[in-house]
Amino acid sequence: MTQSIAAATQPKRRKPLKWGVISDHAILILGALVMILPIVIALTTATLPDIQIEREGLQLSIGDQFDDNIDAALNKPGGFSGEVTGTTMLWNSLILGIGFAVGKIIVGMMAAYAIVYFRLRFGTFAFWIIFTTLLLPLEVRILPSYEVIVGMGLTDTYTGLIVPLIASATATFFFRQFFLSVPEELVEAARIDGAGPAKFFIDILVPLSRTMIAAMFIIMFVFGWNQYLWPTLITTEESMFTLVRGIRQIIQDQEGANIPEYGRGIMLAMLAMAPPVLIVVFFQSWFVKGLTESDK
Amino acid sequence: MKRAGFRNPWLPILLLVPQLSIIMVFFYWPAGWAIQSSFYLQDPFGFGSTFVGAENYTRLAESGEYRKVAWFTLIYTLLVTFLSLSLALLLAVKADKVIRGAKTYRTLLMWVYAVAPPVAGFLGLMFFDQSVGPLTDFFKLFGWDFQLGVGYTDTATAMVIVAVWKQIPVNFIFFLSGLQSIPRSVREAALIDNGSGTQRFWDITFPLLAPTAFFLLIINITYALFDTFGVIDTLVKGEPGNNPVTLVYKVFIDGFRGNDLGGSSAQSVVLMVLVLILTIFQFRLLERRIHYT
Repeated sequence: MTQSIAAATQPKRRKPLKWGVISDHAILILGALVMILPIVIALTTATLPDIQIEREGLQLSIGDQFDDNIDAALNKPGGFSGEVTGTTMLWNSLILGIGFAVGKIIVGMMAAYAIVYFRLRFGTFAFWIIFTTLLLPLEVRILPSYEVIVGMGLTDTYTGLIVPLIASATATFFFRQFFLSVPEELVEAARIDGAGPAKFFIDILVPLSRTMIAAMFIIMFVFGWNQYLWPTLITTEESMFTLVRGIRQIIQDQEGANIPEYGRGIMLAMLAMAPPVLIVVFFQSWFVKGLTESDK
Repeated sequence: MKRAGFRNPWLPILLLVPQLSIIMVFFYWPAGWAIQSSFYLQDPFGFGSTFVGAENYTRLAESGEYRKVAWFTLIYTLLVTFLSLSLALLLAVKADKVIRGAKTYRTLLMWVYAVAPPVAGFLGLMFFDQSVGPLTDFFKLFGWDFQLGVGYTDTATAMVIVAVWKQIPVNFIFFLSGLQSIPRSVREAALIDNGSGTQRFWDITFPLLAPTAFFLLIINITYALFDTFGVIDTLVKGEPGNNPVTLVYKVFIDGFRGNDLGGSSAQSVVLMVLVLILTIFQFRLLERRIHYT
């Protein structure tokens, strides 16, 4: 069926094309397997007892330890303090992901609104001040940023975790591009009707940007949730660890152990992976639109 | 700016204050501080610092270790960029062509985008593990005694594979959307003119895709330089020893473990300059691509 449709759209050279379609599918299936197999193998392995994993290695067979391992991942205290569980880290990750996404969208929308819709004497200057931040990723200025946070006494706080990450203008840039594409007549009409800047923003611009906001939220949530280097530096108290930051802890725990807790470790990694993956898969079209729009 | 903007003296300032203050405190201040401290030598016990001019930079230029790390970063970046771009392009072209299952393929090939680099690194650690890793067993079939964390090349190989695996989806998404935005009429015209699929790809599709590819090139270079930190840190288990590391990782080690503030800052500044060059390059390309679309 597939081959006949493909062949019908490309009438020349019927026979070789059939093979072409088969090889297309073969390549795609191979690609998909490379992407998904590591996770499938890791998941099935996590249903086995640790001793069996130690003896036989990672494998595709399914055991009966699934609920034990997921329970250990969620509720078993780990680390040195014995205070941090998977649930604590899940909570911290959620706060970081949502806090970062919401903070960035609000700050970015406000700044973009000011730049696009107001006559400012120093407008161009503000624009350049803000957009220079797109140039230097946090990793490049990691040590001084850390010193600043330490100086402000913000280590091991959510503020110290989230706010410095907002100091890059990606969201502002996205919203600026979007606002510029909004028809000029809308502002004019709103002004004639006597709507002030606040009313125009809340009643017209925000509803118009809904899809954009959703796409931004997904991208920013994933970005915030997946932060590693910054949380590694800023949080030393284990009760402040995020799941992704906790990966480091899992590895260190496994290093010291006689029989490493493979099952619990893999489950924690899966837990660190699941929310962003599910969001991206379920809201695929928004996410793809938001992401590829950035390249315009 | 819109022609018909609002005239309100204080509201825009109020709107800009949060963004500007965050940027000032967490961007310009640290960046300036890095540049400044790159000219100072910090006392290892924290008793002040002395101005040493460009000494931190000359020390870098003369350091054999730094040169080694720079070389590795260059090769690593080239490999990761080339492999993830070409594999993603191949998959995107195929996914654009097939009719049945196109959506399923798309989902299966893009979801890894959401996996954090350290999580990918952790999976790599398990799969390349000497006692439990299936990939190590696989390499043994070819007589390759793979030793992650012991052999320099072995660790480097694992780093490249994991980083490429993690990056293919981003490139795939962009390439596919680029392919799908090629107008139907162009495709049909090409189909009539040109019989061979390969030739059609290189003559028509690839040039139309070039802007996307250039954009992705920069994205991938920055990814390989900076975002792979999580991959590297997990694969070396936080203790690099004799294993290969990238420039960003070295900034981290020298600054936080070695307490070499001046040296680490000088390395940061070198990276800043590198990123600036990349960005200028990117802007010039973007300018040119406006004429395309």
